[in-house]
Amino acid sequence: MKPSTGNSGALGKIAHFFFSTDHKVVAIQYVVSALIMLFVGFLFMLLMRWQLAYPFQSLPLIGGWFPEDHPTMPGGVITANFYNQLGAMHGTIMIFLAVVPLAVGGFGTYLVPLMLGATGLAFPRLSKLGYWCYLSGTLILLGSFFLPGGAANSGWTAYPPLSVIENAGQTTWLIGVAFVYFSSLVLSINILTTIVQLRCKGLGFMRLPFFVWSQLVTSVLLLLAFPPLVAAAVMQLLDRVLGSSFFLPSGLVVSGEALDVSGGGSALLWQHLFWFLAHPEVYVLLLPAFGVVAEVIAANTRKPLFGYKGMVYSSIFLGIMSMLVWAHHMFLTGMGITLSEFFQITTIIISLPAVIVATSLVVSLWGGSIRFSVPMLYALAFLPMFGIGGLTGLPLAMSATNIMLHDTYYVIGHFHYVVAPGILFALFAGIYHWYPKVTGRKMNDRLGRWHFWPTLICMNGIFSHQILQGFAGVSRRLYDGGESYAHGMEAFGLNSGATWAAFGLLLVQAFFIVNFFYSLKWGEKVDRNPWKATSLEWAAPSPPLPEVNFETPPAAYRDAMTYSEPGAEKDYSPQWEPSS
Amino acid sequence: MSSAEAKADRSPYLAHHFESIEQQEESCTLGMWLFLAQEVMFFGGLFMAYAVYRYMYPDAWLEGSGALSIKIGGINTVVLLVSSFSMAMGVYYCQIGNSKNLFRALLVTLFLGFVFVAIKLKFEYFPKFAEGLFPGDGWGPHGHYADLASFGDQGALQIFFFLYFVMTGMHAFHMLIGFVILVVLMVMTKQNKFGPQRFMPILFFGLYWHFVDIVWVFIFPMFYLVT
Repeated sequence: MKPSTGNSGALGKIAHFFFSTDHKVVAIQYVVSALIMLFVGFLFMLLMRWQLAYPFQSLPLIGGWFPEDHPTMPGGVITANFYNQLGAMHGTIMIFLAVVPLAVGGFGTYLVPLMLGATGLAFPRLSKLGYWCYLSGTLILLGSFFLPGGAANSGWTAYPPLSVIENAGQTTWLIGVAFVYFSSLVLSINILTTIVQLRCKGLGFMRLPFFVWSQLVTSVLLLLAFPPLVAAAVMQLLDRVLGSSFFLPSGLVVSGEALDVSGGGSALLWQHLFWFLAHPEVYVLLLPAFGVVAEVIAANTRKPLFGYKGMVYSSIFLGIMSMLVWAHHMFLTGMGITLSEFFQITTIIISLPAVIVATSLVVSLWGGSIRFSVPMLYALAFLPMFGIGGLTGLPLAMSATNIMLHDTYYVIGHFHYVVAPGILFALFAGIYHWYPKVTGRKMNDRLGRWHFWPTLICMNGIFSHQILQGFAGVSRRLYDGGESYAHGMEAFGLNSGATWAAFGLLLVQAFFIVNFFYSLKWGEKVDRNPWKATSLEWAAPSPPLPEVNFETPPAAYRDAMTYSEPGAEKDYSPQWEPSS
Repeated sequence: MSSAEAKADRSPYLAHHFESIEQQEESCTLGMWLFLAQEVMFFGGLFMAYAVYRYMYPDAWLEGSGALSIKIGGINTVVLLVSSFSMAMGVYYCQIGNSKNLFRALLVTLFLGFVFVAIKLKFEYFPKFAEGLFPGDGWGPHGHYADLASFGDQGALQIFFFLYFVMTGMHAFHMLIGFVILVVLMVMTKQNKFGPQRFMPILFFGLYWHFVDIVWVFIFPMFYLVT
């Protein structure tokens, strides 16, 4: 037990910040890094969007900075190769370096111990190690842009044979992903153990806030789904470096020349091992979003959640099923009708628990006196946006309709509806909701509203165009936006709509960024429970005390979301207050 | 009880965020088993690849397995199992507080681990490298392995040997990590850091070492005993 701040001065503070094992410090590092990566991934997308809407035209504003002999953007026009790199890295960054670190590394690390009434995570030093691995992975992946040949350009799915025969950036990608894997491994072990072991007195599993349940299931998925991909990554690395042929079939011809490899490998095996991670990964993204929205909705409707137990059991079932649906990404690989049928059925089955959770959240609004605070706006918007994302997934789940829609912009529109206006909105809700807990100050309400409405409109502007393009059959991998393809020409005009919506989205994020920093210093000061919420994190001071979180260790006397209890004096009954 | 008294009561091994030694031990045990669970999934990915390729190329498996020495593999299996025994003895000596024998047990474990890796390199990896069984550009069986050169599907045979090198290699890599931890544990034993009050690090390393052994127990029949 060391004193929390033994060193003074700026240098000491920086050292404390970097080496502190306090879960709150680690979480803030995750959140800040992940938000930066979110922005970087967004900027990559903007470069691509310009090329899609105005192919081979110089970029606006910044195009003039690039000389004609620039390797990646001659005259401000993105080369095809660089376009592929941006695409691959956009996906990689958004999933591995932005959303998961934000949802699990940030929200999970910060809130789970507080919601359990604990003083920290079970393994504080591991959490620090996890962050460092994440940071190393991030730097490696970003650094790969400066290598000769640039970053990985075979998509975030890294399908062989392309990924094996392509540029050196792919090797860096594999190494970077290995670091990210290690980080998520220690993170998930940490969160799981914390939830099982460090619940305070009286806090049984069925009294946990739904957010904690969502983190529990998420951690199990992260723990079990990632390692097989790493096994596959080791094999791909050997294919690239030592010339093995795990994923290279015989008789490959590249640019008219037969490839000099021993062959005989199975490219399909990579896809199986990859999607065994990557499909559960979708639920790793989604479940924490459900958790955040559940907390925000309960606090802002002043009602307990509708069907808490059903939501918990559904989440567990969702977690189990998510390990059994991966090959619905592979209907067109020729893996056979029987397998397709199996994975089609499991995919339809998994939509049920997701619908149960989403419907419970909607029904939770029923009869509530809703407080339209900024976090609540985001949580409310999450529901229909996730609804669109989920429903557009059904035609993809059917192996017959999948033939039409596979690898078109429809797929892009579908999963972006889930991730961007869905999951990201939930995470925005979480940032607005718990910002007072972290800083002791509220984020500015007006700036929050200015951020919310245009963001909602622009998000829809981007992805609705993509769904329409997908119906027209436009492939997701066309460098010129489909201009020179017979099937893409008619839908080409839709590109500019999506692109301008994306640029609009960039502009209005200024409100969020300004608000984020402005409120640090000038935001309205609040007490420890500004939303009048009930779960244990609100029993701690804002910000919670270094190292110990609470002045006195709390105990739980009732369910996490006890609002508007009949006969109670106020409309919320905090978990930590004994019944009178 | 005031908080100062409560602190004075605490065991020096109890980290500040745990309430009791039991809670700390249970947490660490759970964490360790979760780590092992993900290790199972990692090797599970490799075994998955094994299943797919063996199904695709049964003949190459038969041919390739014939080139591996059951004798060397068998000796190594025994060496590894004995090292697991000495590790288990180490946990026992730690729990009864016999630091001297704990140190000896760890030393024996480390020694047997070295023997395993040495046999692996000297009698298995190096001859294969030298006589063209390393897949990729260096492929070209000759010398002792000249028979293999006449096998029809050389690509499939290469996949067998690549998988052999990857899986035994990942296994050996886990052993190398184990060596580092063993040395650290031995230093700490010399400093009298372990005893009946504090044996979890030894116990957990024992779990890890046994796990690595079990992986070998699967690898051995799957590569050496194909008929």
